[in-house]
Amino acid sequence: MAYINGVGLISPQKTAETKEFLSEIMEYKADYLKCIEPLYRPYVDPIQSRRMSRLIKMGIASAKMSLADAACTMPDAIITGTGLGSVEDTEKILGEITKDEMFLNPTPFIQSTYNTISSQVAIQLKCHNYNSTYVHRTFSFESGLIDGLMQIEEQTAANVLVGAIDEMTMNHLQITRRIGHWKMEPVNNLTLRETGTPGALAGEGAAFFVLGNEQHESTYAELKDVATCINLGGSFKPEIFLPDFLEKNGLSAYDIDLVILGVNGDVTCDPIYIQFADQFFPGKALAWYKHLCGEYHTATGFGLYIAANILKRQIYPGILHLNNIKPGKLKHILIYNQFRNVNHSFIVVRGC
Amino acid sequence: MPQRIFITGYGIISCIGNNLEENLTSLLQSAPGLGRLNHVETILRDELLVGEVPKTLDELFILAGITPAEGYSRNALLGMIAAREAAVNSRLELYPELKTGLISATTVGGMDRCELYYNDFLTNDSRNAYIDAYDCADSTEKIAQMLGISDFVTTISTACSSAANAILLGARMIRSGRLDRVLAGGCEALTKFHLLGFNALKILDKEPCKPFDQQRAGINLGEGAAYLVLESDESLKKTGNLPICELVGWGNSCEAFHQTASSPDGIGAYLAMKKALDLSGLSPDDIDYVNAHGTGTDNNDLSEGRAIEKLFGARIPMVSSTKPFTGHTTSAAGSTEAILAILCLQHQVIWPNLNFKDRIPELCFPPVDKLLTDVPVNTVMSNSFGFGGNDTSLIFTKVNANNENSAGNADNV
Repeated sequence: MAYINGVGLISPQKTAETKEFLSEIMEYKADYLKCIEPLYRPYVDPIQSRRMSRLIKMGIASAKMSLADAACTMPDAIITGTGLGSVEDTEKILGEITKDEMFLNPTPFIQSTYNTISSQVAIQLKCHNYNSTYVHRTFSFESGLIDGLMQIEEQTAANVLVGAIDEMTMNHLQITRRIGHWKMEPVNNLTLRETGTPGALAGEGAAFFVLGNEQHESTYAELKDVATCINLGGSFKPEIFLPDFLEKNGLSAYDIDLVILGVNGDVTCDPIYIQFADQFFPGKALAWYKHLCGEYHTATGFGLYIAANILKRQIYPGILHLNNIKPGKLKHILIYNQFRNVNHSFIVVRGC
Repeated sequence: MPQRIFITGYGIISCIGNNLEENLTSLLQSAPGLGRLNHVETILRDELLVGEVPKTLDELFILAGITPAEGYSRNALLGMIAAREAAVNSRLELYPELKTGLISATTVGGMDRCELYYNDFLTNDSRNAYIDAYDCADSTEKIAQMLGISDFVTTISTACSSAANAILLGARMIRSGRLDRVLAGGCEALTKFHLLGFNALKILDKEPCKPFDQQRAGINLGEGAAYLVLESDESLKKTGNLPICELVGWGNSCEAFHQTASSPDGIGAYLAMKKALDLSGLSPDDIDYVNAHGTGTDNNDLSEGRAIEKLFGARIPMVSSTKPFTGHTTSAAGSTEAILAILCLQHQVIWPNLNFKDRIPELCFPPVDKLLTDVPVNTVMSNSFGFGGNDTSLIFTKVNANNENSAGNADNV
């Protein structure tokens, strides 16, 4: 268990520039949802900033936002989850090496390395502490959270910075459209569930969280536990796993007040969530968020931002409602995410 | 008392051998595996010296024991070969009641196929089977599928220290009680992508690399995969596996200095080694051998050397870099070299730092440059440092030698 003491989020919503919680919703009709980037000047030296690719700037800025939010100057560990790292830099190199091998620019190569965000944050803070990066599809952020929870348990860290960061490019969208990941045409994000077509609406985001061993004024909620389950040919049995996971945390399905699902508008994927909710959480309030941020490997970073804010502010904005059930109280939230029925993950958050 | 972490099996493929036996034979013969590039098309092909596994993709399918199919990268096949060897050695398929995890490391992932088919990805559907095979998780999930490991699966990428961090995470997950045993390591295939990238950074040596030599001129990149099986003492009681050695210390620190260069004083390297020592409860004098990161670049070897001097003071242990044998296998280097260091414990040998002539003038110690046999080796340290200043150090001890130390630890705690 750890306290969520600070949050920083750059997303397709106006999360970076305001402290308000989803007070104004951005509507798009787009191939993918793009982040609304803040002015970087307060976060990154403008001279350094010119050489940095977009993902790295978003990472540094969101990391610094979360640290300021938690009033933490030096984290005891910096951990990042990213499914794809800097896609823009990787594409630059691929473009160059498939044309001309002679004059490769080393900067995109350096920045394409997945650990660049964690290490750039460390360089900015001059932080010599533990530093790591997880790169496993939709387990990337969850693996980072598990590492962060262990740092707190091991008592080697009082404050851990954990990030969830991924970007999309038009090129990458086109490539992964070939294998059915995305909707084939621009769609309206707010009516995403009415499309009735396969494929998700792609998105991106940069979220950082400060996990702490103590409750502060800034505390949003308790991060109780995180689990990832890989489904190899039916090896994942939620009817066994889920009660066991909740019980380990002194909970049962009855205690969960709100379930935040990874519903993303893909007609081949959403039934898995709905079946899950019907089976384990009948009559419970259900929420979704991917119409606001789009689908990406570390989208649960946006999900955790939502959960943390709901618990801190004790408000449950209508834009998130997936059914008409009003939670009796807002104490325990379960975030459930899955990717192609292979990568299932669970995050339990508790109000303080 | 915290769970102890034992190594009960491992598997390795590198340019000096397709399995453990072949790697050991090459090492004992002081026979390096560097040569010309055969499996990557690039204009640098005849210029670079690399540690390439001398097998075609089809031959790798055979070694991995699977039927050739679309969607497999060279990276995934290398990983599957080494992971299977480790899993067989520790009989991972038995005792399904034990919680078993797979923590794998890679950085270029399936780039070896992606860079070949990128134009197809952009223009047509002919190579769609390889689109999903490009990311870092693909090789990990293929290994998990092959071995049926499902209790915990993840992938780490901290550049050239990735596999050491996989081992470190495995140890922590066992100690936290989340897992009983872990298959941890990394895989990396040579690609045009990173060969050209390192070349653009001007840190590749066209000759055999000379770590810790005054005339050192850079890296020879290599490829391969290596995995170790970590088990808790509780797990050992069930499996009955004989421990090869014990992992007693691990430390991770960040240079926070520069994206690709090491700091002049090696602060990250020093802190990583110091943390590992502190966790082990050992003193610097207990370390018999350091398998150094020793890439052969001007920058790394001086920085690492200074960190070693600072940590060990007047009594520097035996130090060598085995990269002149295997090349720098980047994300697989941490687990590859952990295994080579463990072999020193098992066989009471020290691997030579090949190609060494003259000591770096700023350093007080030379590396071991000849194969040493029949030397007492009880405790070894393995260093892995990466771009971004991600530095990790691991300490392994012989099991019997450590029994007393471990008891001492318990008292300290």
